[in-house]
Amino acid sequence: MTNTTETINTVAPKVEAEVLSGPTPRQVLLTKVLGHKGLMFGAIVLLTIFLMALFAPLLAPYDPYHQDLMHRMIPPVWDAKGSWENILGTDHLGRDYLSRLLYGARISLAIGAIAALISGIIGTSMGVAAGYFGGRVDACVTFLINVRLAMPVVLVALAVVALFGGSLQVVITVLGLLLWDRFAVVMRSATLQLRSMEYVTAAKAIGCSTKRILFSEIMPNIANSLIVIVTLEMAHAILLEAALSFLGLGVQPPTPSWGLMVSEGKQMLLFQPWMIAIPGVALFILVLAINLLGDGLRDVSAPENRN
Amino acid sequence: MLVYTLKRLGLALLVTLAVSMLSFALLYLSGDPAAAIAGETANAEDIEAVRIYYGFDRPWVVQYGEWMFNAIRGDFGTSYYFKLPVSQLVAERLSVTMLLGVCGISFALLTAVPLGVAAAVRPNSIIDRIALFLSVMGQAMPSFWFGLVLIVLFSIKLRILPPSGSDNWQNFVMPTIVLGYYAMPAIMRLTRAGMLDVLGADYVRTARAKGAGEFRVMFKHALRNAIIPVVSLAAVQMGFMLGGSIVVESIFALHGAGYLAWESIGRNDLPTVQALILVFSMFYIVFTFLSDLLNAWLDPRMRVG
Amino acid sequence: MENILSVRGLTVDIPLAAGTLHAVRGIDFDVKRGETLCVVGESGSGKSLTSLAIMGLLPKQVQRSARVLDFEGVDLQTASNRDMRKLRGNRISMIFQEPMTSLNPAYTIGDQLTEALLLHRKVPKPVARDRAIELLEKVGITAAANRMKQYPHQLSGGLRQRVMIAMALMGEPDLIIADEPTTALDVTIQAQILRLLKDLQRELNMAMILITHDLGVVARVADKVAIMYAGEMVEAGSAAEVFTAPKHPYTRGLLNCIPVPGKTAVGEHLGSIPGIVPSLIGDVAGCAFRSRCDEATAQCASDIPARISPAGHLYRCVHDYDMNQPKSGEA
Repeated sequence: MTNTTETINTVAPKVEAEVLSGPTPRQVLLTKVLGHKGLMFGAIVLLTIFLMALFAPLLAPYDPYHQDLMHRMIPPVWDAKGSWENILGTDHLGRDYLSRLLYGARISLAIGAIAALISGIIGTSMGVAAGYFGGRVDACVTFLINVRLAMPVVLVALAVVALFGGSLQVVITVLGLLLWDRFAVVMRSATLQLRSMEYVTAAKAIGCSTKRILFSEIMPNIANSLIVIVTLEMAHAILLEAALSFLGLGVQPPTPSWGLMVSEGKQMLLFQPWMIAIPGVALFILVLAINLLGDGLRDVSAPENRN
Repeated sequence: MLVYTLKRLGLALLVTLAVSMLSFALLYLSGDPAAAIAGETANAEDIEAVRIYYGFDRPWVVQYGEWMFNAIRGDFGTSYYFKLPVSQLVAERLSVTMLLGVCGISFALLTAVPLGVAAAVRPNSIIDRIALFLSVMGQAMPSFWFGLVLIVLFSIKLRILPPSGSDNWQNFVMPTIVLGYYAMPAIMRLTRAGMLDVLGADYVRTARAKGAGEFRVMFKHALRNAIIPVVSLAAVQMGFMLGGSIVVESIFALHGAGYLAWESIGRNDLPTVQALILVFSMFYIVFTFLSDLLNAWLDPRMRVG
Repeated sequence: MENILSVRGLTVDIPLAAGTLHAVRGIDFDVKRGETLCVVGESGSGKSLTSLAIMGLLPKQVQRSARVLDFEGVDLQTASNRDMRKLRGNRISMIFQEPMTSLNPAYTIGDQLTEALLLHRKVPKPVARDRAIELLEKVGITAAANRMKQYPHQLSGGLRQRVMIAMALMGEPDLIIADEPTTALDVTIQAQILRLLKDLQRELNMAMILITHDLGVVARVADKVAIMYAGEMVEAGSAAEVFTAPKHPYTRGLLNCIPVPGKTAVGEHLGSIPGIVPSLIGDVAGCAFRSRCDEATAQCASDIPARISPAGHLYRCVHDYDMNQPKSGEA
């Protein structure tokens, strides 16, 4: 044999070196998150709206409830008849539109967040229970989901609000009690998938209690899906409240809900289109941001789930 | 196949029953329906009279039983407001809503499916980006606002479409678009994802190896399989459209069942509201049931169980 | 006899983020009518890509080029999509590895079989159906008329592969390319399918390219053998030749891996080839096998020419090796 050892060493490809050092999983995730345009846009816009809502008392130039009938229907500043006194104009009762917009953000965000929270708790409990325990529990939950899906949400929400009276609390409660279906469906299928995974079987084998398994094995792994659904249902709740308020059976005047503002502006559609344009665009941007955030979160946590 | 159908049918009936109970119970939760009907100015005697007249003093179960029994025979009672049989009212208005629903879902399917297919065939191309853009925009837009925007654009500025009424087909154009656009994003995404999956399947490769042209591969082989989940989704969306019709009909003053629902809620016309909740639910249940059957027909593998 | 398929200098390049992957690096071969060429190689050797390259079924981003790519006078390099479609399923048919997923689950067997014919011949549907039943029987499926109405999920893997073979024959092809047709099947079914293919080939006087990693399959059916490694054809010739007098160290290594009942002693170590296939991204120089080869010398790092042995088979090795001599040396 000739100089085989030397020849082989110079020829063998170097593969080992890079594997041991490199970015941590957390760093990789962070890079992915920061690089995802939709996610970043959604997060930044949402944060901005949140801050605007939080600091509304400081940012709003006027009291959103203060009526000034001498200065009704003033167009926004970019119109010929507008002025910097009321940057976004005034409505039919002389209330400053910008102030109402800022306080309206509070309504939308509050409703979105709390309704999503309530429906999230209901739906997740049901879904995880169904997925984990299977059998009768699963059959029961699936039946309930089917019943809920069969009910026309808008109609039922309208009816309930009409009967209990329109107010912020009623709207939030109704939406929270109605929007749990997607939570239940997704959490159930996520749990079903996980239940058959080996580390759950392993946990059972070493004698972990059910509660412990649920919280330490299952929950962390469905957290990804959960966060995505939370954002989607938040957007859903915001749009529904806006629709209810628009139809007159949601938040009641004079509360500055964006949906209500569109409804009030509907009368002047012909001459003052900005009155519906401004709150409409605000709703659109808010929901868009939340949706992009949700989609982005889904992309970075599990790109194969894009559906 | 027969066993499958019967099972689905049984389930559908159970769900209907549960919904009917819920909708019946719902409207008595708020408090005293008699007081609501009698009005604010009524005193205790009047309210009691109203209660006895409408039979609200009987046990809940009895009231439900009677209502359900009648409902099965098509008798939903009499409208408090119109003083006409509810079934007659609903039947009149339902045709408008059904028409709107069919147009809406057709519009959604005819735009979303081709877009989804095109996006899947050329991923990351211009058409793919446009499709995703439209879907993202569509999901964020509030339907009532979209409707108003269309009215401003087409009725006020361009004057080519009427803003309200239900006389001829032009009245249905904008409502169709507003009702249908909300279903588009989900259908488009599902079609796109399904096609992407299927286009990479082995049997598509086999079809190409047999000498099939691209169109045949795409439609006869790929789409035929990719469309199966879209059918279920379309049925579900169609069910939701009935609920969405409330907003659309009230904006465009289309005298359909949704508009009737809104008016009846405003007037505390309980029998009508109850009937409508049940009818809308039934449509959803029927649609999903039919789509299950259609699914089984489309996918031979499903026919076993 | 004339060559049905002639290939010279076929290359397949896959553009990746890390660089261009040279998956097939200039291979030559011919196939004649009635002849079976077995293309042997491990995963990643480029054998499947070769078959897809001939059929024109490579994904869009993948680049193919060749000096000669001729099928019965048709230049496959310059043929339009339409021309290629006319050839596929008609004069060149392909059978794939995974019978479980290669049939469309939404259509009946009969539908898919008749489609194979109707795409190329204007015959009435009943004629196509009769031909399908005839072929199903020929591939050994009983109750063929009933089978026509069945769906793929109702058939076993072996049956599905037979259906695939029948489908490949519907157009009366001159050349069949079978890409690991028996790998996904049980061993007992394997033997049946291979015999079936060989019988059909003889009966219909077709040329066949059979791609496999299993030397046992090669022994059973091959007239000619081509051994592929890392995108190159390292040895090619008649089956008898290559097996009795392998000239390339890789071929020898492969043959060594097979235990021979009677010759291999109990307890003796089975042969293996140490190392892994090198990366083919970017420029690859010299012999790709040298990192795993016992005989490697400094000469192996430069271009290896194709050499022809006295018996007429091709090999790419600068060393000469005689199976009967224990040590290697320069020629």
